[in-house]
Amino acid sequence: MNNIEKVKTLIIDEPLKLDCGQTISNFPLAYETYGTLNEKKDNAILVFHALSGDQFVTGTNPITNKSGWWSYLVGPGKAIDTNKFFIICANVIGGCMGSYGPSSIDQKTNKTIGTNFPVITINDMVNAQYNLLNFFKIDKLFSVTGGSMGGMQALQFVANFPDKTKTAIPIACTASHSAQNIALNELGRQAIMADKNWNNGNYFNTESSPNNGLAVARMAAHITYLSKKSLEDKFGRKLQERDSLKFSFDADFQIESYLRHQGNAFVDRFDANSYLYITRAMDYFDLIKQYKGNLSNAFKNSKTKFFIISFTSDWLYPTLENKEVVIALNAAGANVGFIEINSDKGHDSFLLDVPDFLSSVRNFLEANY
Amino acid sequence: MKKEFKIISDLIENNTRVLDVGCGDGTLMKYLKDKKSVDTRGLEISKKNVQDCTSKGLSVIEGNAEKDLHQFPNLSFDYVVLSQTLQAFLDPENVISELLRIGKKAIVTIPNFGYWKVRLHLLLKGTMPITKNLPNEWYNTPNLHMCTIKDFVNYCNRKNIKINSSNLSYKNLFSQLGIFVIEK
Repeated sequence: MNNIEKVKTLIIDEPLKLDCGQTISNFPLAYETYGTLNEKKDNAILVFHALSGDQFVTGTNPITNKSGWWSYLVGPGKAIDTNKFFIICANVIGGCMGSYGPSSIDQKTNKTIGTNFPVITINDMVNAQYNLLNFFKIDKLFSVTGGSMGGMQALQFVANFPDKTKTAIPIACTASHSAQNIALNELGRQAIMADKNWNNGNYFNTESSPNNGLAVARMAAHITYLSKKSLEDKFGRKLQERDSLKFSFDADFQIESYLRHQGNAFVDRFDANSYLYITRAMDYFDLIKQYKGNLSNAFKNSKTKFFIISFTSDWLYPTLENKEVVIALNAAGANVGFIEINSDKGHDSFLLDVPDFLSSVRNFLEANY
Repeated sequence: MKKEFKIISDLIENNTRVLDVGCGDGTLMKYLKDKKSVDTRGLEISKKNVQDCTSKGLSVIEGNAEKDLHQFPNLSFDYVVLSQTLQAFLDPENVISELLRIGKKAIVTIPNFGYWKVRLHLLLKGTMPITKNLPNEWYNTPNLHMCTIKDFVNYCNRKNIKINSSNLSYKNLFSQLGIFVIEK
């Protein structure tokens, strides 16, 4: 079976007007499901993935042969129990795991679209994924959830479709991408663009892709997903397979070797142009501005029950930014719970085995199902 | 459920909106939700308690009453409940004004420092009183601003805060706890 056959794809016929003004139609949306949709169709959870994620939430990712990105949280008997719930996750548009993106082939020219792909937004991603409800004939989801960019999509989903989900669990996210986060994303983009193989996005026709640039982008981003303490605990100043410093620019330290590995592993599964587009979508995300400076208006008509989760050591999407969402929900009189989980694993906590986090999600879902 | 919560819940009408400030493990909220169809929200400082509330299906926000009450709009609740924590705040005066801003009514309970056992303890032993409601030593008590029922009544009078008639009768000497329904 080749990779294409391992990816389920829905072709969205209905035209989708993007925030940039362009309209797209007849485009593919790659998705995966776990568990079974019950007869009443009231047990569906739409999971949104983060920047580097994909639709393969749990189990073994058939493309990378690695564990799904949310395997700690989602699966049989886990916090998001696939024996009980029907999980749907789609690759975002702009992505590179089968959904319409810069690595898709332009039917007219038979070439990869590259940077001719329109700049998309979180709103566009969510509107594209909304088609999954019609496809599965689900009138109302039980929940929407995701961490980081996935959390932003969850917020956007409830803002766009206030009566289409019973509950929402936005995790480690923000309502408005901060200057710090835009800066960090720009660093990644510039690393890609500085790689001569990037070639203004037209690298598919040549043998080589901007792997070095993408690897550096990933290395820089990866640091932001960790915390000082987790780096200290895991690596400290430990040396990599050597007893003393080599007085060279080799990876003397374990942390260097680790980051290089993270960068190199990433280029095997991710498209550099997708990285540009998706980080741009995150930077453009500003639900506050979208609702004329008052975030509460985004949730004014929502009957959705929210549970917001942040992590103590997350400096990328800190508790304060998550709390802004809580405050706006309270101001709108919405139903909201909030917890900050103690974890020293940084922003990545939402992907890791953090027992208090896993039990919080489990408790919330079980109490409300 | 402790007697105090039974008294508080009797003061709250069915189908109202209640914010429980310092809601603990959510016992009162759960009771109000199940027995009186009250739409409840909670604010709680302990992560463990927020977890417990979440598993009971209660919407509770982790936060600190002295910092996080500002997010609730004016008169957005019928009742705001504050059970035996007023004395632990750095600025109880500000907390009371916040309660009265957010709630049409506030239900405030205080451990009564004018209770006869407290008075007797101080009079006879000459040390800081330790009772069921005041179990800590002076050096580890969370209580910063102890008051008596009479003090609280005087305060309300001075600030033109109305003490609702449905309040328990005024027993400065014989009650361990003062329970007040107040409004602006």
